[in-house]
Amino acid sequence: MLHNLTLGELADRLADGRISSVELTRHFLARIERLNPALNALITLTAETALQSAAAADLRLAAGERAPLLGIPLIHKDIFCTDGIRTSCGSRMLDNFIAPYDATVVARLKSAGAVMLGKANMDEFAMGSSNETSYYGPVKNPWDLKKVPGGSSGGSAAAMAARLAAYTTGTDTGGSIRQPAALTGVTGLKPTYGRVSRYGMIAYASSLDQAGVFARSAADAARVLKVIAGFDPLDSTSVDEPVPDYPALLEGPLTGLRIGILREFFDGLDARNASLIHEALKVYGSLGATTVEVSLPHLPLSVPAYYVVAPAEASSNLSRFDGVRFGYRCADPRDLSDLYERSRGEGFGIEVKRRIMTGTYVLSTGYFDAYYLKAQRVRRLITDDFRAAFEKVDLLIGPTTPTPAFDIGANIEDPVTMYLNDIYTVSANLAGLPGMSLPCGFIEGLPMGLQLLGPHFSEGQLLRAAHQFQTATDWHTHAPRGYE
Amino acid sequence: MSLTRQDVEKIAHLARLSITESEMPVYVTSLSSIVNFVTELSVVETGAILPMAHPLDGQHQRLRRDAVSESDHREKYQLNAPSVQAGLYVVPRVIE
Repeated sequence: MLHNLTLGELADRLADGRISSVELTRHFLARIERLNPALNALITLTAETALQSAAAADLRLAAGERAPLLGIPLIHKDIFCTDGIRTSCGSRMLDNFIAPYDATVVARLKSAGAVMLGKANMDEFAMGSSNETSYYGPVKNPWDLKKVPGGSSGGSAAAMAARLAAYTTGTDTGGSIRQPAALTGVTGLKPTYGRVSRYGMIAYASSLDQAGVFARSAADAARVLKVIAGFDPLDSTSVDEPVPDYPALLEGPLTGLRIGILREFFDGLDARNASLIHEALKVYGSLGATTVEVSLPHLPLSVPAYYVVAPAEASSNLSRFDGVRFGYRCADPRDLSDLYERSRGEGFGIEVKRRIMTGTYVLSTGYFDAYYLKAQRVRRLITDDFRAAFEKVDLLIGPTTPTPAFDIGANIEDPVTMYLNDIYTVSANLAGLPGMSLPCGFIEGLPMGLQLLGPHFSEGQLLRAAHQFQTATDWHTHAPRGYE
Repeated sequence: MSLTRQDVEKIAHLARLSITESEMPVYVTSLSSIVNFVTELSVVETGAILPMAHPLDGQHQRLRRDAVSESDHREKYQLNAPSVQAGLYVVPRVIE
């Protein structure tokens, strides 16, 4: 079936005319129509513009143009601004917001000839680990509709798992690509901070946010990363590093690759989860890699450090939503203060307000040193721990999440328990490291993720390690029942 | 450490957020538990450690030529505004 083909296979079929982009687009649109009502993975469907882009791609193909993503349909997380199309960020605040320009990620994929099918559901302003904070309602996990798909890029992950597009985009501030990838059994890639432009990506925590991709394999993710990565003068923290030809780096033996096993990730880890990781390590052993245990002593502090730094940055970033220039405005404001306070109070949901207030508190007089500066100092300790580890090993391996997907509603009343879902993912954001989550097995029928972390700008090596694992295993090919 | 209702009201004011009566107890409880949780950071001694604001330490702000790079998009941008008159954003009267 078309929706199970790799990006390479799709590109070949488009190139030799066995299928057209319009046919492929209709195929995915039909799947969305049939399967999405139960999943709620999309906020906005853009069928008409998708068919127009597909027709334009077919003309380019007919003229002999060949490009890896030309004519292939995707879904963007609704955090990326799309010119002329509603960009809600999962919030009532932006329910009526028509983006006036394209994010760089969107623009690059557009010029590569990609076909956008729609915008994916997400936790409001990317704040959540379960996709339950969306103004548009929770996304359901295709492996079990009673379970969350993870968050914040839950719609992108669920859409990928349900094969509603050939690939999807996401963003990862504290695990928002890797965690939902793990819980939905797909491959997720969070690049190095600064590798992919943040321009036009609605800001949550600017020193942590990074755009990335969900795909059915590391090989597919490599193709997408090659297009979206690279220097962008419009993002002041974009890094001017050459973009390697990622797909060309996938092959090659792992002989001599040094893998670090993160001791702290196994403290108190569920035995079934630990055994999946150890099985994966055996695969790596058989591929010629060596493993060594490493310790990052400050890692246990990464969740509290993150939940100071990220809300602090969010409280500043979200001050732009004031009911004046764009977004939600309350009815009949008494005065300007009332306009600000009620527009924000009514326009933001409960978790967003919680994080804005947490951030306001840790930045306020009397608490700034004790919380914000303290967290930034701990951030350096965590980053130094990683730096020391990467002197001994090439990449680090551990679980992506502590548990498989949990029930919708199970953790939503208890923010600290919810935040602890991010225990294995936030440290990479604090240190700006690239990371991936790969399907590595099942617990009680629900997919689990293997997390790989590497030094800055080691995406090529991570993708190769991931691809070799996926060449030796077939976990990434499993599809949820009803979505095969 | 536990935050009081007055603490939360003050924070909400600083953040320019109206909080409803029914939301207030939720925030008093949950913000208290978050503050307690992040207080864990105090277990580690960080005396001489420099705060790290950015994951790619040493990256400098780039400069660009001081030249016009944007054209005028005012009309397009104002299509998203809740209230506009004669090209200006309309807000409640500030000066009587």
